[in-house]
Amino acid sequence: MAKTPVQFTLNGAETALFVDSGANLLDVLRRGVGDLSPKIGCAQGGCGACTVLIDGAPHLSCLTLAETVEGRTIETTAGLAGGAELHPLQTEFMEGFAAQCGYCTPGMLMAAKALLDTNPRPNRAEVAEAISGNICRCTGYEPIIDAVLRVADRMARGVRA
Amino acid sequence: MVRVETCNTLAEASSALSARSRYIGGGTLLMRRVNYGYQGFDHIVRTREDLTSISERDGRIRIGAGVTMAGIISARETEFLAPVARSVGGPAIRAMGTVGGNLFAPHPYGDFATALLALEARVELVGGGEEDIERFLAQRFEPHTAGRGLVAAVSVARPQPGSFRYLKVTRVKPRGASVLAIAAHLNLEGTRVSQARLAFGAMGDRPLRAKAAEAALRGATLDAAGIAPALAVASDGLEPPDDALASAWYRRQVAPVHLRRLLLSERQS
Repeated sequence: MAKTPVQFTLNGAETALFVDSGANLLDVLRRGVGDLSPKIGCAQGGCGACTVLIDGAPHLSCLTLAETVEGRTIETTAGLAGGAELHPLQTEFMEGFAAQCGYCTPGMLMAAKALLDTNPRPNRAEVAEAISGNICRCTGYEPIIDAVLRVADRMARGVRA
Repeated sequence: MVRVETCNTLAEASSALSARSRYIGGGTLLMRRVNYGYQGFDHIVRTREDLTSISERDGRIRIGAGVTMAGIISARETEFLAPVARSVGGPAIRAMGTVGGNLFAPHPYGDFATALLALEARVELVGGGEEDIERFLAQRFEPHTAGRGLVAAVSVARPQPGSFRYLKVTRVKPRGASVLAIAAHLNLEGTRVSQARLAFGAMGDRPLRAKAAEAALRGATLDAAGIAPALAVASDGLEPPDDALASAWYRRQVAPVHLRRLLLSERQS
């Protein structure tokens, strides 16, 4: 099987590896790099569990041809925390019971981060829109939306964690 | 496993295609097939050429095939198409899915192509040839028999303010696949419709025009009595399928209801 060299920045670290022809980014991240934070869900773009940020925008890593990320910047949930300090989204998801089984959580976190990076003061409808491509079968979405809104409020008040 | 070939230009990519090849743009349609081991192709072709430009000249807007739905939303030139692009998928799909790819989206997808059909878009092919979008959509899965190359861009005339309307009906809020979508381009002379072009999405194997309703609208006033003849023939010529979202019967029943709402609305939805 032909391999293709690919270089990209993953959570701030330069990353280079050979990928199988036709491999998707999710598979490369999980099996090639060992970043297990993006989850395998539907593999057809319906669930959002594999959401990562590419150059700051949310993308479905299961539908991203790995060799198209050459030279680009990728963020996953594994890079959210700063050492032992959780990202405010992680803290609020935890404290607000926005995660139950947790399978959708990495995708939800990245979708929410993409929103807050471009719109630090979203309203409820904007948060619902931001996570509209992510399916959660446990929470009913309300705790997730509440958590994102609390983070926006904390950030507006300058509270980091 | 598939072989991926990366070409420097779209023209080279077009030449590299065979019956066992598929071109990849944003990947939202093709990669799901790769992930599920679809055996209909074993060769993926892509290009490094930048196809993401949007330009306007003499009232006509040219949109590169690689422009994403997010690109449509953020561009000043395509502001009138932003409500359509916003109705496609969630943010991640909109960051990936392209205008060129939407022309090939199977039922029930292809909302953007539905809008382009109502706007009488022209499809620009590699080599500079152009094709009417209605003809293009009818033969979209037969690139080799049709003898056409890859899509480089689409172009539309800028509609008069308020003349373009769009509505998408979904079961899941705020975003979901179409029960149906309707795009209407209406030119008015006073209170009467001088020209109407209506396109339905998810009411056939591709976006389709409602030509009987278009004819019934010409000369009509945009009020409940004026549009009644058009509503009576709203689904004539359409071929809605049964699927998990809705039956063909249901789609036929609600098509005139939603067409009425769209025609009597004052603004784009």
